[in-house]
Amino acid sequence: MADPAETSPPGPQASSAVKVARWDPGEDVVEVQRSPAPGAMRSAWRAFRETARGLKTTFGRIAEGPVTIEYPEDKVPVYPRFRGRHKLHRFEDTGAAGSDPAHAGLEKCVGCSLCAAACPADCIRVVAAENTPENRVSPGERYAAVYEINLSRCIFCGYCEVACPFDAITMGHDYELSSYDRSDLIFTKEMLLAEPLERAPLRNEGE
Amino acid sequence: MSIALVGYYEPWWIQILKAIVIFAIALQLVPVVLIVERKLLGRFQARYGPNRVGPYGALQPMADILKLLTKEQFRPSTSVGLLFALAPLISILTAVAAFALIPFGDVQDIFGTKVGLYGIDVSIGPLYLFAFGAVAFYGIMLGGWSSGSKYSFLGAMRGAAQLISYEVSQGLALLGVIFTAQTLSLTGIVHAQAGMWYIVPQFVGFLIFLVAGFAETNRAPFDLTEADAELVGGYNTEYGGGRFASYYFAEYLNVLVVSGIVTTVFLGGWLLPFGIHPPGWVDPLVVLFKMSLITFLFIWVRATLPRLRYDQLMSFGWKVLLPLATLNALATAILVVATH
Repeated sequence: MADPAETSPPGPQASSAVKVARWDPGEDVVEVQRSPAPGAMRSAWRAFRETARGLKTTFGRIAEGPVTIEYPEDKVPVYPRFRGRHKLHRFEDTGAAGSDPAHAGLEKCVGCSLCAAACPADCIRVVAAENTPENRVSPGERYAAVYEINLSRCIFCGYCEVACPFDAITMGHDYELSSYDRSDLIFTKEMLLAEPLERAPLRNEGE
Repeated sequence: MSIALVGYYEPWWIQILKAIVIFAIALQLVPVVLIVERKLLGRFQARYGPNRVGPYGALQPMADILKLLTKEQFRPSTSVGLLFALAPLISILTAVAAFALIPFGDVQDIFGTKVGLYGIDVSIGPLYLFAFGAVAFYGIMLGGWSSGSKYSFLGAMRGAAQLISYEVSQGLALLGVIFTAQTLSLTGIVHAQAGMWYIVPQFVGFLIFLVAGFAETNRAPFDLTEADAELVGGYNTEYGGGRFASYYFAEYLNVLVVSGIVTTVFLGGWLLPFGIHPPGWVDPLVVLFKMSLITFLFIWVRATLPRLRYDQLMSFGWKVLLPLATLNALATAILVVATH
């Protein structure tokens, strides 16, 4: 395998000794060994040693064991700030300071359409309607009569959650959103308000 | 058959029975090697292998074979029909014929009948082996040529060149053993290893034979015949369904044959070290264990080494292996003459 013609790679020392009009790569170029080192025994030994080293490397993978996460059974835990499927929120009677028991159960969304305005993918559709004393849906003047997110267009950037003045919409942790039909990916207000399945486990602190 | 057979004292019905048993064993071993290879390749790459079909994925080869067998027999319009159908058969035939040569044990007394635990014990063992190894090349060459596809043809041409180059070194590597054992019968070679397995005095020959064996079976790193990256699938590109399964079967059977020959010739066949003489029924298990070690090495090397370039393959075969094998044979010959 050792070809003596190939064993002297062009380098700075070669060009300085012989006056050949050859491009000098300079000193910062790492020389690549393109052929076995001269000497049959040495190159044979080198090939054998390198092969053995490669075999050792692959055998080490057996010792380490697989790193596979068998997906449908085991799921990769998500980080707390993971941006999955959106959630719409209702007021809860938490009893904490600032929580108004009169608001409990009402939707946080007031139908302002700021999320739709912020959405770069233009996938949110909000149609607002006036609250009436008989039909009070949100604590504000208006509420979202229609709130749809087309998840086949959504890019999960999270701008809607940033734009929302009432924290009515947040990004959840669900990422299993496959569907056999595109129309199934248009999530309505009822679907977004419903308690999500939370199939993805949450990553613990420091994990 | 006009070739002289050593141990040919068995009645004809035992011969037929043995032929069936050996084919059945080969048929059972190949799926095992298949699943073991895929599982091991997975482990070598830090992943599980197939683990969905059956317990621990053990039924994966069954699913694969079933899938292949139920597929349509497709044939390109440019192909030569008869040869296209014949070529995989040649591959299987030669592989099984070579498998018959591997001795799984000494002559045993089974229910009062003396039965040798091998297909045939020809007095020209290695010659028989290389004869069928050479015929096996027709399986690849005809398959590649009759497909009428350029990729198949390129793969077949490579296979032909590779087989011819490496068979020489393989034969020369075996010569050292034959000189030392003074016999061409494979059972005779095993008996001659009673004192010391030939892997110790013939270590260079063992390495050469193993490397040439990788090339002979068209396995990585010498799998240029089917180099998927440049030749789609090599000589079997145009094959599908049962015929492709035949090629697949032959490839894995060839791995087993090379493992078996290495076991027989260099690892002492059914012999155990330290003078342990187990009862006769242990012999096949010993041979199978040694064969599985070599097969493991095959898979290990496949998981490790990248494919050689074509010129590297040729220069390695002719410039490194062949001189080394010749030197090895010469040195052994001189030693044998000097010590006798």
